[in-house]
Amino acid sequence: MTSVTNGITIERWTRSSRLALGSVALALALFAIAPLALGAGAIDRLTALFIYVILAAMWNALAGFGGLVSVGQQVFFGLGAYFTIRLADAGLNPFLSLFAAALITGAISLPISFFMLRLKGGEFAIGMWVISALTHMLVNLDRLIQGETGTSLISLNVYDSGTRRVVIYWLALASMAALLGILFALLRSRAGAAIQAIRDNEDAATSVGVRVIATKRLLFVLAAFGIAVAGALWLATATTFQPKTYFSVQWTAYMIFMVLVGGLGKFEGAILGAVLFFVIETFFGSMGVWYLIGLGATAVVFSLFLPHGLWGEIERRFDLRLLPVGYRLKLPGPTKIQWNQ
Amino acid sequence: MTVLSVQNLDVRHGLLQAVRGVSFDLAKGDVLALVGANGAGKTTLLRSLAGAHLPASGRIMLNGHDMTAVPSHQRIAKGIALVPEGRRLFSQMTVEENLLLGKSAGRQGEWTVDRVFSAFPNLVPRRHAKTGHLSGGEQQATAIGRALMSNPDVLLLDEVSLGLSPLVVDRVYAQLQTLLTSGTTIILVEQDLGRAMAVASRVICMLEGRVVLDSPAKNVTRDQVTKAYFGLHRDSTGRVAS
Amino acid sequence: MIDTLIQGILLGGYYAVITCGLSFMFSVMRIINLAHGSLAVAAAYGLWLLASKFGISPFTGLLIVLPVMAATGWVLQRYLLERSARGGALLPILTTFGLAIVIDNLMFEQFGADTRSLAPFIGSLSYDSWELPGGTYVGKLAVMTMATAIALLGGLQVFLGRFALGRAIRATAEDPDTAGLVGIDARKANALAAAIAMVTVGIAGAFLGMRATFDPYSGGPQLLFAFEAAVIGGAGSLWGTLVGGIVLGLAQSLGAQVHPQGFLIGGHAVFLAVLFARLFFTGAPFIGKIGFYKTGFTKIRAAIRSTP
Repeated sequence: MTSVTNGITIERWTRSSRLALGSVALALALFAIAPLALGAGAIDRLTALFIYVILAAMWNALAGFGGLVSVGQQVFFGLGAYFTIRLADAGLNPFLSLFAAALITGAISLPISFFMLRLKGGEFAIGMWVISALTHMLVNLDRLIQGETGTSLISLNVYDSGTRRVVIYWLALASMAALLGILFALLRSRAGAAIQAIRDNEDAATSVGVRVIATKRLLFVLAAFGIAVAGALWLATATTFQPKTYFSVQWTAYMIFMVLVGGLGKFEGAILGAVLFFVIETFFGSMGVWYLIGLGATAVVFSLFLPHGLWGEIERRFDLRLLPVGYRLKLPGPTKIQWNQ
Repeated sequence: MTVLSVQNLDVRHGLLQAVRGVSFDLAKGDVLALVGANGAGKTTLLRSLAGAHLPASGRIMLNGHDMTAVPSHQRIAKGIALVPEGRRLFSQMTVEENLLLGKSAGRQGEWTVDRVFSAFPNLVPRRHAKTGHLSGGEQQATAIGRALMSNPDVLLLDEVSLGLSPLVVDRVYAQLQTLLTSGTTIILVEQDLGRAMAVASRVICMLEGRVVLDSPAKNVTRDQVTKAYFGLHRDSTGRVAS
Repeated sequence: MIDTLIQGILLGGYYAVITCGLSFMFSVMRIINLAHGSLAVAAAYGLWLLASKFGISPFTGLLIVLPVMAATGWVLQRYLLERSARGGALLPILTTFGLAIVIDNLMFEQFGADTRSLAPFIGSLSYDSWELPGGTYVGKLAVMTMATAIALLGGLQVFLGRFALGRAIRATAEDPDTAGLVGIDARKANALAAAIAMVTVGIAGAFLGMRATFDPYSGGPQLLFAFEAAVIGGAGSLWGTLVGGIVLGLAQSLGAQVHPQGFLIGGHAVFLAVLFARLFFTGAPFIGKIGFYKTGFTKIRAAIRSTP
């Protein structure tokens, strides 16, 4: 807390947020030791949850903070899995391949960003989908993949299934924690101020000297890397790689659902959305097509009536900041001025 | 016979109150010059009369009907037309198309495309030119013509001389002369006091959203209006003593 | 080779039909409708249902399907897009994407995964062709599609240029506030534009079904094709749509000659190449516009405004 003058203070942490950060640390520790007590099915489900959180947080970083709505993020999910297969086939340790693949995908996203970030709004959104469709076709051309037939991450078979499951679980947990940490730190840094300025008003941000494109590029590459990590981890749990499954627009649909429901542009919102999605999938996933119809309809309803999602609503009603990425002024009186939202 | 009656009108831009308790009545054929410094609330008042900006409170009556909550596209059908500040022509469309758009409300009357072209002969050779390519004077003539196409009972003219050279302004006003005597009720927002007072039958001066002077044009001197303009010489009720 | 070129050009006719609704909605409402392809597929299913269950030929079926599409467009604009557009430029993307998911999966629920076609219901039209001098053949259906594309674009051009309603739509597209001031109900004009766009989408659905097969998830690729043709066609008149469609059709037909997967790759590649060229050489990308030239009145005014 920094004292400015006359009792006005600038808050970056609130009591509830200190508490929240403590709880996050505790939860992570509990998750880390959980495999000792959980069965195989539960471990697999939690691994999926961690991957969903990554996807939601990364899509939110791009759309919620960078103002870049993409319906082609499955391209990075697919590339993360594809490069893992490629690297493992070349003899690299499969677990190492997961992260090397994500790094390669992140590197590839850089030249793509020079191109795509010049597009605006819906053009960027569908343009990314075209990139994804084209990449899907090109991956199909790789003989190793055998077209839509696909292939598997066979080198994982050297580990017994129990070890494999737990290692992937820990990797997913660690990746989620690391990516959320990076995003949180980024949003609280100087770049974070720029990011939020862009989110609130891009033209105004430009006029006060925010490097809009550079900041957006940072988010674009981070999102590409994070989603590639998710894709690689998904491959590790599923072992089979069919291009059609990984380059499916459905992944983006899930990301959009999670972020819209949780709260577009809210750090905590994406996590909440992922958890909700996970719960909904657990209970209704078996309903097949009606489940998907429900997801789509929910997304439409939220975009129309609750565009800031559930977390936006919670913040508004209870004035709650658990993981504050902004600043707020605390006046001596009862009023509070906030400019982090 | 009162055509337009404005009663205790308050208009806000968010927290800023741009028009405060403005009231006046206009009869058929009245020409009201609305003067005041930048930010006095003249344009906001005009826009709220045209329905582009709904008032916070007060009433606007036209020919005895309450217009206060009527949206802009219906208001023009009832007989109020605005020539907006900056003309606001559809720049990708031709002069003729802009004029025809003025007919959207479907009010019949003496003003037709041909009549506009005869009132503003400088537009004739530009009939099929896109308005984005016209000179300022031609654009202003088109904007006025477009408003006239709706055969309004009340015509609101917002800064018609803005951005035009004095010679062109002379021409626009000469063309307006026929209009001024045709029986249409007019509210004219004008920065040029002399010009405004020469054509007006009545003068209202606004300051910080309020009416500080309201008088028949012939009863005030330019000097009195200027003082009101700068907020001098107010009497106890806030109005300029005359 | 000549044969491939002719097929490619004629394929462009279909792309022009499916693109014109997308460009039209974008240029009027500034919304890219991500449910565009799904709605075309829905129209195709509507025609298929009428033909297979009630024996109504697809051409007659259009008399039923097109009014339904127009009503859909109206409702879509009034109750979904208008509301979501108020929340900024990004929300309509999410709304229409969610809508596409709903439509696709509802069709899957209703019609299953089987691919369908309208070809069995149009008799010999689906395979009849004319022989051109030089021994190349052109399909009657493909020629009909191209003729429809030209008629549709020409019709839209005349409607926008010569009719009061068309002018009202253009005025609303350029400046909705001022449109209100001249007596145009901007909401109505937008809803009308959406209805017109959906009619063209219905026609596109008919040709999609007659010239090929479709399934519940065909909407995504159709959206991509329409978007690509719209961007390739670029700024300018409606006719850019036709040019964009033909370029896309040619790229796909030529790509298919090179490699089995070359059809799609060729299309995507030419799209990216055009995008690249336009972004880096002119700095002006983007879909065709029917009038978005904003004059710098505010700046001019600020510069000229003198002290009273």
